[in-house]
Order: sequence, then structure tokens, then C-alpha cells
Amino acid sequence: MLNIEIDGKALEVEHGSSIIDAADKAGISIPRFCYHPKLSVAASCRMCLVQVENFNKPLPACATPVADGMKIFTRSKSAVEAQKSVMEFLLINHPLDCPICDQGGECELQDIAVAYGANGSRYTEEKRVVFNKNIGPLVSTDMTRCIQCTRCVRFLQEVGGMMELGMTGRGEHAEITAYVDKSVNSELSGNIIDLCPVGALTSKPYRYSARSWELQRRPSIAPHDGLGSHIEVHVKDNKVMRVLPREKDSINECWLSDRDRFSYEGLNSPDRLKVPMIRHKGEWHETDWKTALEFASGQIKDVINTHGTESLGVLVSPNSTMEEGYLAKKLADGLGCGNVDYRLRQTDFRLDGKRLGTPWMGCNINEIEELDRILVIGSNLRNEHPLLAQRFRKAVANGAKLSIVSPLDNNPLMDVAHKVIVRPNDMVNVLGQILKAMSGLQRLSLCLPPSLTQLLADIKVRPNTQAIAESLAGHGDDYDLVSPKVGIFLGNMALSDPRFTEMYSMAEAINGISGAKGGILPAAANSTGMHMMGVMPNSTGMHARAMLEVPRKAYLIVNIEPELDCQHAALAKAAMEKAECVVALTAYKSQALEHADILLPIAPFTETSGTFMSMEGRVQSFTAVTRPLGECRPAWKVLRVLANTMGLSGFDYETSEQVKSAIFGGDKPSAVVWRNLNNNLKELVEIHVNIKHEGLQRIGEVPQYEADSIVRRSTPLQKTKYNIKPMARMCASQLAELGLVEGDVVLVKQDKGSAILTAKLDDHVAKGCVRVAAAHEDTVGLGDLMGDITVEKVSPQQLKNDTTPISKAHV
Amino acid sequence: MLSPQSIEKIEYELTKYPANQRQAAVMSALRIVQTERGWLSQESISEVAQYLGMPEIAAMEVATFYNMYDLAPVGKHKITVCTNISCMLRDSDVIVDHLKEKLGVGFNEVTPDGQFCLKEGECMGCCGGAPLLHVNNTEMHEFLTTEKVDAILEALKK
Amino acid sequence: MTTKKAKSSTKAPVMTDLKGQTLVCLRTLTEKNPAALETYVKLGGYATFKRLVTDKVKATDIITEIKKSGLRGRGGAGFPTGLKWSFMPRYFDGVKYLVCNTDEGEPGTFKDRDIIRYNPHQLIEGMAIAAYTLGARVGYNYIHGEIWQDYEAFEAALHEAKAAGYLGEHLFGTHFSFDLYAVHGYGAYICGEETALIESIEGKKGQPRFKPPFPASYGVFGKPTNVNNTESYASIPWIMQHSGQAFADLGVANSGGTKLFSVSGHVEKPGNYEVKMGTPFTELLELAGGVWKGRKLKAVIPGGPSTAVLPASVIEAATMDYDSLSKARSSLGAGSMIVMDETTCMVKALHRLSYFFYEESCGQCTPCREGTGWVYRIIDRIVKGQGKMEDLDLLTDVSKNISGRTICALGEAAATPVLSFIKHFRLEFEYYIEHGKSMVDSKAEPSNVKH
Repeated sequence: MLNIEIDGKALEVEHGSSIIDAADKAGISIPRFCYHPKLSVAASCRMCLVQVENFNKPLPACATPVADGMKIFTRSKSAVEAQKSVMEFLLINHPLDCPICDQGGECELQDIAVAYGANGSRYTEEKRVVFNKNIGPLVSTDMTRCIQCTRCVRFLQEVGGMMELGMTGRGEHAEITAYVDKSVNSELSGNIIDLCPVGALTSKPYRYSARSWELQRRPSIAPHDGLGSHIEVHVKDNKVMRVLPREKDSINECWLSDRDRFSYEGLNSPDRLKVPMIRHKGEWHETDWKTALEFASGQIKDVINTHGTESLGVLVSPNSTMEEGYLAKKLADGLGCGNVDYRLRQTDFRLDGKRLGTPWMGCNINEIEELDRILVIGSNLRNEHPLLAQRFRKAVANGAKLSIVSPLDNNPLMDVAHKVIVRPNDMVNVLGQILKAMSGLQRLSLCLPPSLTQLLADIKVRPNTQAIAESLAGHGDDYDLVSPKVGIFLGNMALSDPRFTEMYSMAEAINGISGAKGGILPAAANSTGMHMMGVMPNSTGMHARAMLEVPRKAYLIVNIEPELDCQHAALAKAAMEKAECVVALTAYKSQALEHADILLPIAPFTETSGTFMSMEGRVQSFTAVTRPLGECRPAWKVLRVLANTMGLSGFDYETSEQVKSAIFGGDKPSAVVWRNLNNNLKELVEIHVNIKHEGLQRIGEVPQYEADSIVRRSTPLQKTKYNIKPMARMCASQLAELGLVEGDVVLVKQDKGSAILTAKLDDHVAKGCVRVAAAHEDTVGLGDLMGDITVEKVSPQQLKNDTTPISKAHV
Repeated sequence: MLSPQSIEKIEYELTKYPANQRQAAVMSALRIVQTERGWLSQESISEVAQYLGMPEIAAMEVATFYNMYDLAPVGKHKITVCTNISCMLRDSDVIVDHLKEKLGVGFNEVTPDGQFCLKEGECMGCCGGAPLLHVNNTEMHEFLTTEKVDAILEALKK
Repeated sequence: MTTKKAKSSTKAPVMTDLKGQTLVCLRTLTEKNPAALETYVKLGGYATFKRLVTDKVKATDIITEIKKSGLRGRGGAGFPTGLKWSFMPRYFDGVKYLVCNTDEGEPGTFKDRDIIRYNPHQLIEGMAIAAYTLGARVGYNYIHGEIWQDYEAFEAALHEAKAAGYLGEHLFGTHFSFDLYAVHGYGAYICGEETALIESIEGKKGQPRFKPPFPASYGVFGKPTNVNNTESYASIPWIMQHSGQAFADLGVANSGGTKLFSVSGHVEKPGNYEVKMGTPFTELLELAGGVWKGRKLKAVIPGGPSTAVLPASVIEAATMDYDSLSKARSSLGAGSMIVMDETTCMVKALHRLSYFFYEESCGQCTPCREGTGWVYRIIDRIVKGQGKMEDLDLLTDVSKNISGRTICALGEAAATPVLSFIKHFRLEFEYYIEHGKSMVDSKAEPSNVKH
């Protein structure tokens, strides 16, 4: 520790601190524009100049490390003179358009100018004008206001991983811009709005819609991926106007993914369901809650009475709250029905009953950046967990070696040390090779259990898997690590794969042998919570997939658009169509719910209280930030009243807190979580490593802005370049093998379903695979996300004869 | 597409730097492509960036920062006259006036026949030979007089 | 690799009368073909380098010798070279770099150009000795983009030196290897600043880095790097051949050796003059043929525009060395002497200089980016006859606010001419403001050179 003095205040600070960090900790404010604690130090705005004893020039507090005995003066004559002069320089070319600037009221330049600026300007020359740039549907620019702090440039380069903005020109003509007409495509781009200290970069969707002082700021939790990012929802007149990050260093730091930031636009979508609706003789009728609930209750009971309790299937979205999941499960239990599940995009359930606890990510989010060796299996990180990807990026920047086993070779915008890009089926064999190689490495002279050894006997280790094994064991290019911190993670593509059990078992074995932390990266905001509460079939019940394969007579679906949210779109669609009764709790009048019979309008996360449990096991509750729209009601209340209407007992909850308390048995949530999270398997499951599989495999990725019903309706996100229509994407050699060229119209078939798509060259796709995005109306006729698929060229003649319009699927 | 000749020259420049520092050659690569094509279009900058594996915007930053890169066509012969202090003291404005009159263009303009473009330069580090100009970034002419300028223009026209 | 043939570098060489000069860096000028390798070798070139390497002379001994020589950085800052060398980390896993700064872009500065075109091998030898001393594996000579013919000639000299076994791997059969490359700027004054130059070598905009860390710990590609001026490196072989003391004895106290002075502006014979440090200004002016056209001396910028202008009476009493010029409240700078005769309008001279700094500011930090434009616009207004008396105080104030508050020294450099011109020639500025025209009538009309 060093002893320094700032403005006469004696302080003890850590070695290597900068003056500005030391001052911030001591609560001494030093003005700044370019400095940001999460970005590299530019020291270019010069606003933080302070006087340091024995230096004849003022020094920038952001870039000057403290030294023992240093005496710093932030408000001395020389410091204030320097600060005032910099302020004057910053303002000479800054427009005086505060009254029409969106940043007004929350502008760092405005705030600091009040404290350090002069009353009038000595500058009488012409002011600089800079043309605005169109950098996409999310961020609006007013570049004349820019003060060249370069926070946005540094963010995209360092945190986003891709230099999408730069400062071109020089001197007074220097301006921040993207390359010519390119947009900023980072999935974290919205953060540059927060970083911009002036009104040069503002939110395009929010623009001109409110003044910052008119907004009520309410804390909440992001409802999409499993990160559990802290958000602040800004509300005006009971309408969500925008979403900003709430700083939480251990989760989202001060950032937010664009999905979490801009999805709120989907809350105000015109197809929000505002009143209960009943379908009668093919016609939809609005009705009141009492009628709707009694009708729903009666229908479900009729089916059960006629066909038995197992004729009902209950499907819950993993984006629903714990309270909602718990009550859905309890309702099913009350009816004696074991068919409940939240794992809508899973197809392999062989591990049911074999787990020791709830699978989770296996470490804390902020531990990722401390890892030395990382293996990511079956995940397109930036698509699945955009902000988590940034933690991995930090780890790699800190020197971690990242290995990837995946069917997709998408650029994660960080250095990848080793990668094996293969068909999903072959990933199992690759993991087997890594496991075998690791067990043979001298430093890890561990023996595998005989059963595993036998399993791996015929596997041949190839150089690239050997390299991954060595990397995980700590070997390095320059030096070896004796005890590396290793993390092994399975992503969405692995979780959806029919051979997930094999992948998971192999990963768990590699985990064990390398002493790694790690686990799964669950897709949705509450996947982990749903698992812990057991929103899954009981021993005799049917899992999500079985409920669709063997259609039920009645379904109770919570917060789901079946054909978009389920593993097998065609099955889901068919099952809903055939069912005698479908009761849907939904926030939207969805096209995907055309076969439902009763629509009960529920409140999305902003209009209800509830709890999510994140991938790291964090239990986070939130309250409603606005009143429910129209007749919408929180889903937990709807489920409670529905149960009451059905005459079930034990549904007396007055508040969501009471439901939460029931979930945790009155215990402290963290204690319950601690007891339940466990990635280990009870026993080795029967697995097959060496299955040869010919034929094409589909990679049914869910694009990040199609992941759930809210985000699907966010217009600005849908306008981004990520929203591209599904195509049959293949690598060059695969196209050639099928005799296709880019742009060909192709018929893709899975099971009984098919879709007509355009063939597209995508060299990120492993040979033997076709990447066809899911969760889109063009592909709802298709089957498993990760399953067999065929592709054939369609001649124009065939197309003409085919009466089915392109993009419409047929089952 | 970069020409094989340009690629050969860029590859030579790349030998000067460590293999993982391809961006270091961007100054040369832009210069090489500009010399071949006369000026740097957006496509040229993109091609250089792609060849070196660097973000396009980073190449654009470089192309816009150094003022010998021409981001618009400059005609066949770009004549850059230094007007900085040492040249100014030795009557560079006489040279500039003469050139403007002879060519019928002002600074940053191209003659209608596309032959000449006149530019004002900053110090070229040859002030002992003031007044001076250089042609197409490469050919330095010092100790200028109006007669000498006429001779230079005549030679270039040929 | 393409091999290039050395072209004759220029059609009109700036050859000066060698009488009265003491040649160290330009010692080959006495010969017929000064730039040729044979010429340099004939004069004993590369022998010193070979001796140091084959005799395995200790780095500390070489640095001691350099310190004794009193050699100070010839790029303008005047930092003792031997001391700078001692900052390079001795032990480092990986490549250390050596960089030579031949990016002369400060108006009036053109001495390094003559070194690379008339005596390139002395520079190469100097860098090779430095590389050996500092353990650098790779070197770059960054050359001003505008002197393209000289860049190509220097690159040819490098190939020549390599072919002759003075550069490359396992030199003279030892373990010492050194690769030296020429790289070029492309029109940015700021790249003369060493960290901007490093950024430029890395293929980036030439924006200076904040220091610390200094290049000695974080330089090219983040590796330890020693940066010196061309003339500094070129002095090394002479020093190591003749001893540090001999070099020091050529000059005066605190200013060892000889210095190349680039004399430009209103003199009869502009050009480079290599003379002993401490040479009286009047003597140097005489070497350059005196003020042209028989006119009277009005003012001199002794070390390039980033050093303060001095009126005739002050400069005529000075000698050309660090201490004397600092006592005169200016500086030796890079030895770029810009001579102005009695017909010079100081307002217009400052107008041009302020445009230069405005044009060349890199734009990175606020005071320089915003301030240089402000200063230029005020002076431009004065030149156009729209000045106000209070503009002079505003100019002074704005310049003071730029100075000392920027990342690099361009802030000071931009402020210095404004402050010194107004200080020494305030009357002339006041006259211009009052009358809307210059006090010096030889060119009464405002310059029609528009920027």
C-alpha cells in the first residue's frame, strides 16, 4: 500500500492505482470525459488534469500512477486553471443545442460545464460542423456534438472485440465514424450510447420520446439469456420508454447486450393480447376473465375426465418466472398429471433421473475472466450469450487459451487457440479423443474408470484434439502452467443435440480429469430455476418432446409460441392442431397460437413481480415496473385462479413473495441453491462414442433476436443485420457435393416437414451440415433443431407447379 | 482485386515485420496501391485492409491521417508545392501563382484534361532547396524559378 | 525480395562549401562518391562496428564512452544519448527494437536527409553499434515520406550493407544478428514525435502515446525500443572510433561534438553546415553567405518553429549551442535556422506557422485539437484586416492554455511561435490590426495563398 495525499486528505491506496481511481475511491471527484474504468486509458480529453507536487505541469489523473508520498491537488489554482481551459476548448466547437439534445439532463459535458465552464464564450470564430452517420437501427448519431473522447471506439475494439468505429482524419477534422456506410453490428452496440459523454450517440428507438427527468427509473432483471443482467427500466405514463444497465460488476458490469437493452420495444407491440379470448366455432371472441377461466377449467377437466390425467400436457417457457413455473407444476400435480416440462428445445432426455442435482454453469460469471484454459462445446457464444461472450473475450485478452468444438465456426471476436469444426454427431468422437488424450498425458496420469477406457479403446486421437488436450492440461506455447484454471462449457447447440448425453458425459469426464470448473450454459433467463424446482415430468410423466410426439388431448401452455419455441416445430404445430383443447397463457395474439382455444392475457416481466434464477444460480426477484396492459394479469395469479377454479387446494397465495417462499420452503434461497446445484451424474450412462452417421445434419440455430416472444417483436432489433431470413447455409464443398450454387432454390426436408429456402454459401458451417435457422415462420415446417435433413434443388418448373408459396411450410 | 505486382510489393514490405503484425505494412500497402491506381478509392482501402487482415476502419484511419494519400482522383500528375515558412520566405507564392495561372486551377483542383492537380504541401524536409515542389509524391524539384516550373510542366506533358 | 538499384538521389544536390565546417556526420562529403559503400569503408567505416562486435566489447563500456562524448539527442529535445541508452532493459525475453527517426517535418529542418543521401552507411553503422550495445535484434529507420528518392536510395544502401555482411544474421561469425529496415511516413509532421512514429511503424495513425511508459519499456509492438535521431546515430561511429572525449572536445561544455545546422530562408547560400558546437551565430551566418540581397537581418528562428523566434540583436550575440540559446530564451532544437530579413512581415510569418500547427495537429487531445484551430483563425482574421486589439491577449492566453496540457510536445511547439512572435514583435501586430495591412511594405498586400 502507498500513502498519498489528495487535497490534503491522507489516503492509503494500492500499488498501481491511478490518481483518478484513488480519488474516486476516496469520494473526491475529478472531472473526466475519455476515462472509463472498463476501457483502456486514452488520456486525451485532458479534463482530469490535476496538480502534483514537484511537477511543473498538470498531470492527467487517469494516466498517472500514484507514487508513495505523492501530494495531489485537484482544486488548486493550477489544477482548476488547467481544467477550466480544457473545458473552454471542449466547448468552442460544441453546438449550443442542449434544448433539443436527447442527452440534455444526463449529459456529462453539460454537468461538468456547469461546474468548470465560463459564463460566456471567448470564441467568436465559426464552429465546426460534422455530418451525421447512419450506423444502424439502434444508435443515432449527432456528430457535431462529439468531443472525440473515443470511448465508443475503444469499447467496440476492446469489449465488443471488433473495431467498427474509428477516428478518421486528423486535428480539428478528426471525426468518429464507421467504415464508409457500414453500420455498427456489435451485439453489444447499445453500450456506446451510455458511454458517450455527450449527445453524439443516442438511442434511436428512444430518441425524442422523453426527457430524462420525466422518467421513473425502476430496477429489474433482464428476461432473455441466463446471465441475469441487472437492468433499470425507465417508465413514463405507464409505458416502458427504455432500458439501461444497472451496474452489477459480478454479472453485467456496467454493460448490457442489445437484446436486453432494446427488447422492451416488443412490450409495446400492437399484437399484445389485452383481454381473454375464446375460440368458438373457429371464431375468436373477446371475453371476461371469469368466463375465460371457467371455460378453460371446464375444458381441461372434461379432457381429463374423458381421457385420463395423462392426456394433459403442460409446457412452460424457460423465460417464465420461478413463481409461474412452480404454480404450473403444482397445478399439474394437483390434477394428477405428470406431463410437465420447460425444456422445450431439448431432444435428448436420457440423463433424466441420473443427475445428482441441477446442472448450471459450474462457476460464477466473473470467474470466467480468470480462467487460463477454456473449452467451449457446441456454442455460438455471441449469439447465445452475447454479454457472457465478453467475459470470455476478457479471459483471452488476459492470456487464456480458448478451444472450441462446434459445428459452427463463427468468429467469436477473440483469439481461438484450437478449434475442431465438425458435424454434431462427430463432436462426441472429438470429445472422446480429447478425453483419451488427456488421460494419456503424463502430468495427468490418471486412470479412467474401466468402462470409459473400454469405450475409448477404438478411438484414434488426432493432432488437433491432442493439442486441445495439451492446452487444457496447461501446456502453452511459451510456458506451461502447472495448475491451470480450466473451464469447460456446453452451449445451446450441445443442449439441443440428440447426443447431448454423450457430449455431457464426455465433458464431465474431461472436467473431472482436468480439475475444471464448468457445466452448461443454459439458454434462457430461468432455465436453471425451472430445473431446480423440478418443472419436469415425474417418473411416469412425459417430457416436452414426448408430449408432442405422442400428442396430448389437451395442453396448458405458459408463455409459449409452440412452433417457434419448441425443438420440433412441425411436431409442435401438429400437436396443437390435433388437440381438443389448448389453453395458452400468453402476452401476445400470436400467429403461432392459431390452434389454441383459449388465450389468457398475461403480463410480461415488466408488468409482474417474479424471480429468475440465473445460470450461476443467482436467485433474483423483481417487481412490476408498470401496471399490466389492459386486462393482462400476472401469470402466477392466472395459474392460481385457474387452479382455484378447478377446485384444487393449496393455491391460496396472495403475493408472488408467498409463492417464492413456498418454492424455497421458507429457507434462504441461496442455501437451497447451494444444496441443489450439482453437475455430477450419479452413474455413467450408457453411451456410444463411435456411432458412424452418414447424411446431412441440420444446425437449427435460434438467432438471438428470435429467442423468445418479446424479442421477436422488438422492431429495432428485427431491423438489425442479425435478422436475416433463414436460408440453407452450407460450406462451399457441401454446396458443390449437392450440385448447388449460392442462390439456388432448395427444398429442405426433415421428418415429414419441409421448407423451400435459398441455398447460401457459409464457410462457417462444418462439412456435412446445413445451417437452417429456427424460430422463424419460414422454417416452422421443419423438425429437430439438430437432426437429419435433406436438401434438394428445386427447378423453376417445379416451383411453378407447386402451389404452396415459398416461405410457407407444409406438414 | 490487388494486382499481382502490388501483392509482390506488399509481400516485400511484410518481410520487414513480425508475421503476426501484418497491419504494420498498411502504410506501404496503401502507398503501393495508390501508386498503381492513381488514388485510393474505398474499394482500394477495403482490399488493402482485407489483404492485411485488419479492420477496414483502421485502414481508413491511416489513409485519412497521412496527407500524401489521395482519397479522390488527382489526375495524372499531382504537383504539391510547399508553402511553409522557409519556402514562403523564398517566394513560394510566386511559384504557386505561376502554377495556378499556367494550369488554370486552384489548390485541390484537377485540370479539365485530367493531366494535373495542384496541391499545397506542408514541410517536405528539404527547405535548403526552397522553393520546391514534388510530383506524384516521388519526384522532388528544388530551387524553383518560374522558368524551371515551365520546364517541369513541359517535361511532364510529354 | 526485390533488389533495388540505387538511383542518384537528386538532380540538384544541396552541396555547401565545406570550408569552415567540421565534418563528422557528413565526413564522406570530401570524397567524390560520398554515398557509396566503398567510400565509407575507405574512410574506415564499419571497422569500428566490427571491432566492437568481434572483441565483444561490453555494452556498459560503450555507453560510458557515449556519455563521455556529451552527445545529446539531435532531434530537438537534446536528451543525453548515453543516458537514454542506459534506460533500455538489459535482459528481456524476446525481440528488442531500435528505431531511427528520419522523419524531418519541422519547417526549416533538412539535415537528416543529407545524412541518408550522402553518408547512409555511417547511419547504418551507428545503428548497428547501438543494436549491438542495446541487444536489439531488429531496427527500423522511419523516413519522411516526401523525400521518396532518398528513401529508395537508403533502402538500396541497406541491401548493400547486408550483402557486404554488415547487417543480417551472425555478423562477423558471432552470435550477434541485426536486421535493419527502412520504413516511410506519408505526410504527417506529428510522426516526428517518437511515440507517434512508433504507432506509425505499427501501421496506425501517428497519434502520440501517453508517457510513461516510455519506449524503452513499451515501444514498437509493445517491446523495449530505443529511438534516436538520425544525426545522433550517425555520430556514434565517429565517437567510438575517436573516443568520447575527442567528440566532446569538438564542442563546448554541455554541448559536445559538432552539429548540423540547416540554414534556410533569407540567406545567400541555404543548406546544411556541420560546425562545432559553440560556433558564434555570426560565423555560421557568414558560412551561409550572409543575409541575401545585402539586406539587414530581422529575426531568426534558431531551431525550427517549435523554438522561440529571436530578434537580430539577441541572436547576433549568441553562440550555437544548447546553453547559449537557452540563455537567449530560445533553444537549439534540431538546429534548423530560419533566417528572416528586414522585409519579412512577422504577422504573415506567424500566420503560416499557425496554419502549419493547425494542419498537423493529430486531433487526439483537446487543447491542441481545438486550440490550434482557434489560434489560426484569429491570426487569419488579423491578416484579413479584421483583427481586434484584444485578439493579441486572447492569442497569448489561448496559446498558454495549449502549452503544457497536451500528451505530446506539439502543444508547446504550437504555442511557442505565437508567444515569441507577439513578445518580440508586438508593435508589428498592433500596426497590422490598426491599419489592416502589414508594417513591412515590400509586400503590402495580404498573401493570396489561400489555405
